[in-house]
Amino acid sequence: MVDIDHNAELARAGANIDSRWSAILHFARHYPLALFGIAIVIVFVLAAIFAEFIATHDPISTHAALSLSPPTANNILGSDMMGRDMFARIVYGARISLIVAVSSTLLGGIIGVFIGLMSGYLLGWFDLLMQRVIDIMQALPLLVLALVMAASLGPSLENTILAISIPLVPRVARVVRSSTLSLREMPFVEAARAAGMSELRVAIRHVLPNTLAPLIVLATAQLGSAILVEASLSFLGLGVPEPHPSWGRMLSENAAEYARVAPWLVIFPGLAISLVVFGTNLLGDALRDILDPRQRH
Amino acid sequence: MVKRFFLMLLTLIGMSIIIFVLLRLMPGNIVDIMFDSAGFVDPAEKAIIEKELGLDQPIAVQYGQWIWGLMQWDLGFSYVSEMPAVDELGPRIPITAKLAALALFFSVLFGVPLGVISAVKQDTWLDYGLRVISLSGLSMPSFWLALLILMFCVAQFGSIPIYLDPPENLWDELLLYSLPAAAVGFRSSALIMRLTRSSMLEVLRQDYIRTARSKGASENTVNYSHALKNAFLPVTTIIGIEAAFLIGGLIITETVFNIPGVAHFLVEAILMRDYPIVQNLVMLVALIVVTVNFLVDLTYGALDPRIKYAD
Repeated sequence: MVDIDHNAELARAGANIDSRWSAILHFARHYPLALFGIAIVIVFVLAAIFAEFIATHDPISTHAALSLSPPTANNILGSDMMGRDMFARIVYGARISLIVAVSSTLLGGIIGVFIGLMSGYLLGWFDLLMQRVIDIMQALPLLVLALVMAASLGPSLENTILAISIPLVPRVARVVRSSTLSLREMPFVEAARAAGMSELRVAIRHVLPNTLAPLIVLATAQLGSAILVEASLSFLGLGVPEPHPSWGRMLSENAAEYARVAPWLVIFPGLAISLVVFGTNLLGDALRDILDPRQRH
Repeated sequence: MVKRFFLMLLTLIGMSIIIFVLLRLMPGNIVDIMFDSAGFVDPAEKAIIEKELGLDQPIAVQYGQWIWGLMQWDLGFSYVSEMPAVDELGPRIPITAKLAALALFFSVLFGVPLGVISAVKQDTWLDYGLRVISLSGLSMPSFWLALLILMFCVAQFGSIPIYLDPPENLWDELLLYSLPAAAVGFRSSALIMRLTRSSMLEVLRQDYIRTARSKGASENTVNYSHALKNAFLPVTTIIGIEAAFLIGGLIITETVFNIPGVAHFLVEAILMRDYPIVQNLVMLVALIVVTVNFLVDLTYGALDPRIKYAD
């Protein structure tokens, strides 16, 4: 027989939250890993925003004398073959990585929301057509589609963002479409329609906000996968071009030749990628638990 | 089922059009790349080669020729090697297929049992530890893991088995493929583990499990013979999908380990604008993905009698 401690259960459900501060404390106690994830993400976001102030060196200027210097007090993460400071390159790399991840997730998200909302709301031939287009886009692994897209668009920062955003569209469209389908039958949507609201307004004011929870969960997960795809594309030479410092390209430039003599060139950029993706994944898991309680375990 | 089959066909046709158009949108074609490296451009000569390759014809005609050839099992010739695309792809496919199979074997071998343990020991330190490991598996770029494995082996053993000639016996093959398979399989095993865990937890909360417990069934009987059976259904889906999607991870792993499989070949062909290779290879990948999805749906229906497909 299990004894139920009512006070403990109430506290666990957050019934005693009375201020913003205690809400944060409650969150921290129940999602310690999420807090850790948020902390990681914040560190990288700050590094990306304040790269000029954090990096003590210029990420692009070369110093022949410092070629392949191991970590020292001056170059805390060592320097690459051309004597460029690795710490500066990783800090500036955070900017590129996050710009690509956030913009491609946003772009893919917006297109996906539009398609999903219209599909689920209008149904008919538009829905049929979009469903087939989504089927086609999902018939290739994310990286393969992004690879072909990136190659056909040509290497540039904007094109990399576009190439990564398009493969994200079908997942978002699927999620939004399926919640729209169930929402459109809800009494409150019918009520809004009966009250004389235009279809477009009903869709935007009543249906869209209710699809937000799964959307946020998905977007957080996509953020991590966008970072990984960018790193992979750049590693293969089809991503962000010079002179932007990209983590993926740093690995491909350095890996083959210098892995033996200068392991720091391989370890640190990869660590940066893994850490920031780990942070977004922790955050994504917690958001899913909070926003989608049906999936909570 | 018949309807699903036709939808599958429709998807493949759509994919062929998209990939064909995307390839022709790429800046520069093989002739540009050849002349770039030669350092001079003679427009007349360029036009001759383009005509030879059929690149001067309207895109619709080129597409028609490709599809017409496909239907007769004629995949065209590689622009780079001038060999039939079938002969270029043929020997490379088994290499990638073996790598993928080994990676999938590793990921199921570790993913499923660890996922079950994580669920059964929910909210213990073991569970937390396994979850952090699986989450880091999803966070690490597979090529970085591959590089770390390479560096570690070189530091420890002085060398690693490198692909020089096709391996002669099974043992050599296993030795050669197990490191890259582990590098790419870590991610899949993390994914499978997470799904097994959540699927298992979902099932453990159901009424029939409580019934089994209240009848006095032992914890092991409940977990492994009652729950696991049903928890395994969604896991089969993800295993199937991962099998098809492993090619994404293999593109990079084959590049890092310098293994001459199709995944690495795809990147080379894209960089060289070798249209016949790229379009046929992409179609092959798409064919595998849609076939696997179709088969997964079929097995799903066979494994779970509650699921019936309406036609």
